[in-house]
Amino acid sequence: MDTRTENVSLEDLQKIVGEEHAREATDEDAVDGVMPQFVAEPGSVEETSELMKLANDGGLTVAPRGSGTKMGLGNPPRDLDLIVSTVRMNEIIEHVPGDQVVRVQAGVRLDDLQVQLATEDQMLAVEPPERGAGATIGGIVAANSSGPLRYRYGTIRDLIIGITVVLPDGTIAKAGGKVVKNVAGYDLGKLFTGSLGTLGIIATCNFRLHPRPEAGQTVAVELGDTLSAGQAAQAMVHAQLVASAVELHWSEDHKLLTVLIEGIPPGVEDQVETASYLLKGFGDVRTLSDEEVKYLGPLDPPRVGDEDVAIKIAHPPVELTGVLDSILGATERRGVTPRITGHAGTGITYVALSGGDEIARVQAVDELREIWVRRGGSVVVQKAPVQAKKMLEAWGPAGDYLGLTRRMKDKFDPRGILNPGRFVGGI
Amino acid sequence: MEREQLIRTMESILGTEGVVHEREQLRSYECDGLMNYRVVPDLVVLPETAEHVQRIVRTCYEEGIPFVARGSGTGLSGGALPVESGLLIVMSRMRKILEVDIPNQRIVVEPGVINVWVSQEVADEGYYYAPDPASQVVSSIGGNLAENSGGVHCLKYGFTTNHVMGAEVVLADGSVVHIGGGKAPDAPGYELLGSFVGSEGTLGIATKITLRLSRKPESVRTLLAAFEDTEEAGGAVSGIIGGGIVPAAIEMMDALCIEAVETAVHPGFPQAGAILIVELDGPEAEVAKQFDQVIEVCEENNASEIRIAEDDAERALFWKGRKAAFAAMGRIANDYYVQDSVVPRTELGNVLKRISELGKEYEMRVANVFHAGDGNLHPLVLYDNDNPGEAEKAEELAGEIVLACLEHGGSLTGEHGIGVDKKKFMPKMFTDDDMNTMQLLRCAFDPHGLSNPGKIFPTPRLCGERPGPFHMHPIQQAGLAENF
Repeated sequence: MDTRTENVSLEDLQKIVGEEHAREATDEDAVDGVMPQFVAEPGSVEETSELMKLANDGGLTVAPRGSGTKMGLGNPPRDLDLIVSTVRMNEIIEHVPGDQVVRVQAGVRLDDLQVQLATEDQMLAVEPPERGAGATIGGIVAANSSGPLRYRYGTIRDLIIGITVVLPDGTIAKAGGKVVKNVAGYDLGKLFTGSLGTLGIIATCNFRLHPRPEAGQTVAVELGDTLSAGQAAQAMVHAQLVASAVELHWSEDHKLLTVLIEGIPPGVEDQVETASYLLKGFGDVRTLSDEEVKYLGPLDPPRVGDEDVAIKIAHPPVELTGVLDSILGATERRGVTPRITGHAGTGITYVALSGGDEIARVQAVDELREIWVRRGGSVVVQKAPVQAKKMLEAWGPAGDYLGLTRRMKDKFDPRGILNPGRFVGGI
Repeated sequence: MEREQLIRTMESILGTEGVVHEREQLRSYECDGLMNYRVVPDLVVLPETAEHVQRIVRTCYEEGIPFVARGSGTGLSGGALPVESGLLIVMSRMRKILEVDIPNQRIVVEPGVINVWVSQEVADEGYYYAPDPASQVVSSIGGNLAENSGGVHCLKYGFTTNHVMGAEVVLADGSVVHIGGGKAPDAPGYELLGSFVGSEGTLGIATKITLRLSRKPESVRTLLAAFEDTEEAGGAVSGIIGGGIVPAAIEMMDALCIEAVETAVHPGFPQAGAILIVELDGPEAEVAKQFDQVIEVCEENNASEIRIAEDDAERALFWKGRKAAFAAMGRIANDYYVQDSVVPRTELGNVLKRISELGKEYEMRVANVFHAGDGNLHPLVLYDNDNPGEAEKAEELAGEIVLACLEHGGSLTGEHGIGVDKKKFMPKMFTDDDMNTMQLLRCAFDPHGLSNPGKIFPTPRLCGERPGPFHMHPIQQAGLAENF
């Protein structure tokens, strides 16, 4: 047994969260092949605080976890003793429809939340790919997960208006509030967005909500080549349309740009007509049927097999054609097959690489990273087998802000117990 | 470093025209838009380049001199109030638009660029910059960034923080970092940019800023509706929002405010207990239908008059009346004290009632003009500074109003910032743990607390750094902080 975990026993954990809510870890709890010793499920912010204090004093390394849908994100942990799961913290604390605001505990599943909000014709305007798998609010914020709707509504950092966090020393701190417009104090909600559990544990979040659109239609244009993909996306971005999403599908079967138009019926019809008119110069245009929308509408990143490497390329939106060409070039030469989807309007392109050998897949990622980092973007590994991860730094190089990033980590987590090694620059 | 030597050092960086050190000249920098607080800075410097800023800040770091950055000085919370024995770094000579990138919908500007210039620069391309604080013809982008400025249209389009995509920042030790993706989204690492925007100049100085440009809407429609009182106008606000409409703007003025505005800029507003200005924008067919809905809701709430702006000129007149509200107070009172609290929209009615009661209690007039859609109030407490004790009474009443807003689940400030003005109220909204945790962020960015010390937090946190190039902590020396 690890020397650190001699400081803390299962009973110590059970004393805090109750006997049935702390257990020895099993194989399924491993993170990138690193086995933790224990899993604890606190039922409240206070229990989370006590757990963290215990871990911090005992020098236990901790990985926070929601539903665990994104545990493959980041580098393999250097160390892991305890998983703190937020699944029991699943209360929707307050939903005030008239204020278009909701307060939730971190363990609430997005899907459950949306059901509740829909009763008042409202929604949290985010649809990350892991939502169907039970993604929790805390996990979505911690991983800064986003989906097609970011084109219209921004990402979760634009929707979060308040947060409560638990620091490694057990401190419970909040920032923001339950009003949308608020500049009192520093914006910890944004700092914690995308921090991947390396600064503290997210306990509760407050969000602004949006009305659910009454109607929606998806216009699709068949693309002949990568040039028309880039041009069609630009045509949509610069039109006076208010689209909810501008998406790219690029596979053997389908090469499409799809545009989701939402709103009230007369506006939707009008805009569909405009979009169709603007797109017809790039290929055949049609409005997708409800059935087709399920697999051709705004799409999630491509499915990833066990051996595949999945990456997210963030790039200036105007470079879409160049991004596609670079992916096709980097893969074809190596006998690797790419499957591509993307948020074409915002400059996010997802690629799943399969086929070829592992070295070939890793080299393809390296090549793409070399190109797109140089051109002001980034290439982040979303998921990869542990062997591939050992050859690939998950985040790629950070810029001149790496020193500041490290100082931030040192201030919030001076003992380095939270998710060591998983974040940018080995933080 | 002696003052004389510091002047020479600064002159060697900036030339003599970039350094202000005459007592009389320094006085013109003693306050920002909040005039109840005044401090004459030791020295004012006016850099022209990012490298200038870096060299100035580096000198401050080495000598342990606190500094404050200032844009156009329009802030209403004393965020750009100088610190005694400190340097004021005025950014108004850094006014270049560096790059316009329409294909990526970005513009790169220096911090001294005036807000409205950005929209003017790209208007011909069919674009604009969405955040539009009432001060937009004067206030600078750097200042907007520091304060996370809002404006009348932020209900639909968000605040400065939603439109800043990247920044080059000079940190308090003189190093330079580039935060945020700029043209590409989702830069790996912590959301440093989101943390920096709205930090009121306490985390460093932005020297280059990448903004997101928005496409002009296809259609804009604006109406003005008059009501008997704020309660009925409030009912209309709830009806509009509750109907699933997200207006581009929805603003309310009460009788006193209407009177002032009418006297000052003659927009021809109807005599009423309350006025709403509602603006919708977006695709034409959608706007047309929802505009009819808005008219219906106003009628249901007993609007006595509804005026529809027939053209841009009439729309501009409505907005002129609204945006002149603060300045117009001068016509009905010698002085005013403005607050910027926010309440949940559903609490508006209760809070307005409470404000009116408080006004009666204090026997003072309170004018109300506010962003009704997001519950951001701007109660203006009117007083006369020539009457002894009135200023203090006004400030006390304004404080009571702030506390009433907090009691109803609101916030101290929606867009003006905490600055020096509201820091005494921070403990009413946040616990010591909250504020100490926030200040960990400060410790990462500026461990010696040199950048705009004494703002936001009533008790600055020292960061447990080993003594650096200097020994006594300057803010401790100035009596602004105690050691933890």
